[in-house]
Amino acid sequence: MTKLVPLSEAIAVNVNDGDVLYAAGFTHLIPFAAGHEIIRQRKRELTLARATPDLIYDQMVAAGCARKVIFSYMGNPGVGSLRIVRSAIEQGKLEWEEYSHFGMITRLQAGASGLPFLPMNQIGATDLEKANPNIKRIPDPFGGKDVIVVPALNPDVAIVHVQRADANGNAHLWGIIGEQKEAAFAAKKVILTAEEIVDESVIRSDPNRTMIPGIVVSAVCHVPFACHPSYAQGYYDRDNEFYLAWDKISESAETTKQYVEEWIYGVKDRSEYWEKLGAEKHRRLKVPQQMSEPINYGQY
Amino acid sequence: MNELQYSSAELMIINAARLLRDGDVVFVGVGQPNLACNLAKRTHAPNLVMIYEAGVIGAEPARLPLSIGDPTLVSGSLSVVSMYDIFANYLQRGNVDVGFMGGAQIDKNGNINATVIGGYDHPKVRLPGSGGSQEIAAWANRCYIMTPHQKRRFPEKVEFMTSAGFIGGKGDREKAGLRGGGMLAVVTDIGILEPDKTGEMILTALHPGKTVEQARENTGWDLKVNAELRTTEWVTENELRILREELDPTGIYLKGGG
Repeated sequence: MTKLVPLSEAIAVNVNDGDVLYAAGFTHLIPFAAGHEIIRQRKRELTLARATPDLIYDQMVAAGCARKVIFSYMGNPGVGSLRIVRSAIEQGKLEWEEYSHFGMITRLQAGASGLPFLPMNQIGATDLEKANPNIKRIPDPFGGKDVIVVPALNPDVAIVHVQRADANGNAHLWGIIGEQKEAAFAAKKVILTAEEIVDESVIRSDPNRTMIPGIVVSAVCHVPFACHPSYAQGYYDRDNEFYLAWDKISESAETTKQYVEEWIYGVKDRSEYWEKLGAEKHRRLKVPQQMSEPINYGQY
Repeated sequence: MNELQYSSAELMIINAARLLRDGDVVFVGVGQPNLACNLAKRTHAPNLVMIYEAGVIGAEPARLPLSIGDPTLVSGSLSVVSMYDIFANYLQRGNVDVGFMGGAQIDKNGNINATVIGGYDHPKVRLPGSGGSQEIAAWANRCYIMTPHQKRRFPEKVEFMTSAGFIGGKGDREKAGLRGGGMLAVVTDIGILEPDKTGEMILTALHPGKTVEQARENTGWDLKVNAELRTTEWVTENELRILREELDPTGIYLKGGG
């Protein structure tokens, strides 16, 4: 059964005010198109969870979608500070809950496995453990050192972008695979966006590359270039210039508002956004091919 | 006398590169640590294995990576794994020799603050937070950090301990069951600090032309000086050439103090 719907419909049906949302992708395949659509639909009071809030959550916080962030590294990767989330926290306008990367990902892994919590070894520095009541230590029942435990994270909705998927949501992704699989299995609903929608036979030709099975996916949306200014390995490059530009844009409320008006509210969808970026930008983000060696699954 | 001109950043990167051994498995960050590792690989450590937090093992970046998840790290690497796997199977399991740290403050016992200045609940300055650093500090065999030598970066005790060095002193790591050796070298633009027997960071080397007084003036605690104070080797033309011509031709990470 096809789950193919337009992105606007997938967001309208699956994302509710007050939801815990996990937009997956560790620096790669960040689902900006879905983030922008959530802003356009004026969703409110969301809890935004992500290891790195990145520009996608900076923009969603700027647009007033968020009540709280859950994160493990709050920076503009490769540039510096994530100004909007940071100043909202400093001004006491945004709730936050903080982990290390491993703590954050372990929460998702527990959620994905249907466990109430998972242990990690101690790390010696205890200040974050003191600041966050969700980080606890318990005795090792087998007699070793105490372990640190964090509770499962089961987001209401995960948004995952992939290079290619079939209409049922069976998805191939490659390059940096971050926490997409864990987020998809942990979440109650999964919205999948894809650079390409392919026939099921393409997925079946390389089943080891299927990181996300259709059985956990609620909606599939065909959204080429969904990740800009992030990237999709083999499809287009990361727009480092924009990550630098955002550092300036987000310096003032006025320029941030102008950006949100022009580039999010001012366009209908991702395809209009991509066109608006222009040919010169398209050319610069284009990547020459580098194919992998095919493998032989054998005919049985 | 050496006539070469170099920036503080170049001095630190070159000295950090020299700490790496051939065959080391290194957990690399972008920016200066990335340059130090790539420099070591092109000089004395051709068998260095570079691991990036985004889950890339054995990266051989063809261009200068500008973020921890730059696609150039992936193409041509040995393996790409999930975030859970990189922290569990590689770091926690003990498969990483060297971790490069970053952070706003480092204290007398080599502990790092990358989280907050001022109280946690009402921060004066909110910093990015741990990312992977608390696990790297706990579980890599050896940890190094590069940082300009400034008093505000070297308090006696960090305001918030994001990542463990020797915590309150030697023995504390063992008590917490940490497998790694802790903060073994702080490379600054003045010299190098290493832990003494008690887990206190002391001055063990000066760069050519730098003085003990400069180091002590720019440290927030009463900095002890090792009985045998070394002078670091001169920066060489070859090291500077690789950095400037091959690794960072536009000087993004080489200018200034870093």
